[in-house]
Amino acid sequence: MLGEGIVKGLIETARNFVGSYVDKDRLVTVQYPEERNPLPEAARNFPFLLYDGDDPEAGLRCVSCHICEKECPPRCIHIEKSTDKKPDFVGKQQFYPKVFNIDVSVCMSCQICVEVCPFDAIRMDKEFELSTDDRFGGLLWTKKELAKPNEYYQKIHPMEAAETDARRAEELKQTQAKAAAAAAAAAAKAAEAAKAAEAAKAGNGAAGKEPSA
Amino acid sequence: MSGKSMMEESAIGLDEQMGATYGAGRHTLKPDAEHESQILEVAIGPQHPSTHGVFRMDVQLDGERVVRLKPVFGYLHRNHEKIAENAAYLAAIPYTDRLDYLCSMTNNWGYVLAVEKLVGIAVPERTEYIRVIMAELTRFQNHSALVGFLLQDMGASGTPLMYAFREREKILDLFEAVSGARMMCNYLRFGGVRVDCTPEWLEETRQLVGRLPRFVDEFERLLRGNEILMARTQGVGVLPRELAVSAGVTGPMLRASGVNYDIRKVDRYGIYDRFKFRVPLGEHGDVYDRYMMRVLEMRESIAILEQALKEIPDGPVQDPKTKVRGLRPKVGEAYGRIESPKGELGFYLISDGTMNPYRYRVRPPCLINLTILEDMCLGLSVADVVVTLGSVDIVMGEVDR
Repeated sequence: MLGEGIVKGLIETARNFVGSYVDKDRLVTVQYPEERNPLPEAARNFPFLLYDGDDPEAGLRCVSCHICEKECPPRCIHIEKSTDKKPDFVGKQQFYPKVFNIDVSVCMSCQICVEVCPFDAIRMDKEFELSTDDRFGGLLWTKKELAKPNEYYQKIHPMEAAETDARRAEELKQTQAKAAAAAAAAAAKAAEAAKAAEAAKAGNGAAGKEPSA
Repeated sequence: MSGKSMMEESAIGLDEQMGATYGAGRHTLKPDAEHESQILEVAIGPQHPSTHGVFRMDVQLDGERVVRLKPVFGYLHRNHEKIAENAAYLAAIPYTDRLDYLCSMTNNWGYVLAVEKLVGIAVPERTEYIRVIMAELTRFQNHSALVGFLLQDMGASGTPLMYAFREREKILDLFEAVSGARMMCNYLRFGGVRVDCTPEWLEETRQLVGRLPRFVDEFERLLRGNEILMARTQGVGVLPRELAVSAGVTGPMLRASGVNYDIRKVDRYGIYDRFKFRVPLGEHGDVYDRYMMRVLEMRESIAILEQALKEIPDGPVQDPKTKVRGLRPKVGEAYGRIESPKGELGFYLISDGTMNPYRYRVRPPCLINLTILEDMCLGLSVADVVVTLGSVDIVMGEVDR
């Protein structure tokens, strides 16, 4: 019969319509911005720079090694290296970025900067409501806008952050152990040297005595 | 005068005036001599909702019938190949996401496969399974979206498209949970994938795949036997078998014309030889066959997904010794091709031993499937041209690159 297929299709539409009131699988609309679906932990949008402690300047993890700048596919990162150095989290003297800019209008959120960073200094943010009416300055983020504390990272990517923090704590422990071992070795060496010097002095004294004798 | 009788009367030959404009040697239908009708030139697109992006068709009409159709593309040209030639091997992966932006996972796979061939990287077992799962999920969501868009082109404003997008969104949520982005996944790496799937993710995927057959059934009940759909698609935009083969058409379009050619079966790249699945074939090569091809392929994708999710082994997803960054392949060349949801997607790489490829070439299925649009559309009315274009399944990001 002509029209049978259409009627069958309409029955399906009616079933979906009624079903959308009872079936969670069919009721999928979310009333954004009043309602929001939670983002998965892996969600990524734009990069930010991590810092330890309270001071974004002193605690910034970036050592301005330029790896992310070179690997960035659309080349939206601009780094200028400092001339002086500051200590990093293990106390080693490192350079820091005098200028670190990301043009978010160019960034394509690919996460390659995060993958290649050997210092855990750059991570992906989940913030996505970033529209601005200032299309030049407002979309060029400097170090000030990019720097975010480690606590923020722990909040948005808890599992990743825990793994990173554990790795860094281990590194710190190793460095401290090494430093302690080195200090102990240095102390031992110094003691030995002192001893040797003493012995030499004694020897010298003895030797000095001899001609007189 | 009906379209059929016009087709019979008007000899296929060279119209000199048009030949001068569009290049000699192209065959065309002559205008209807009996009624001395005037040729009307219409530009459909580039800003037209039925052209799937910024694509223009310069159509010459004799009354309601198409006598000449000239596809014009390039509006979305982004210099993809030259960008990749000036970037490191790793940096090209996120750019491949943007080729066919509905199926970033399969695009990644095509490129990664080419680089793996070039460098000679082995892929761990678990990664192979993850790649198959991702590729088949991508195929499913691409085909469901395509059927929705096709029905939208026919005037079924909204309903099938909304149902298709409802399911597609669930698959995209899975992609987001594992790769971080819904569409621009950037997930595959040379010799592996970026992060491993969690057991919870696999369980969620199993549940979703269990629900997908219900969706396909529902979709078919909605559309199968619909008289309007039949009238609009059957016998429209016929692509003959010989033309399809000689034009290099691939993918569901070729199979709808009755040619059994699926790269998953021909090349058996990855681990596709381990799965049992059938390759659906069409008979007439019309729009209806191409539509049915997508529905049947969705079912086969579900079959592959069920097997892959059952068999996926534990293990590493990437050999830690594999170099991903700063790759310097030896001098040589490689061609990696996969069966993307739209056809044969190939990446051809020539290395001169430096950090970036000497030549990087994409063989886009959409562009090559689009080249026979005129042959399918001659003699049709404008409304049928829109439907025929919809059944080709183009994404302009890939056509223009």
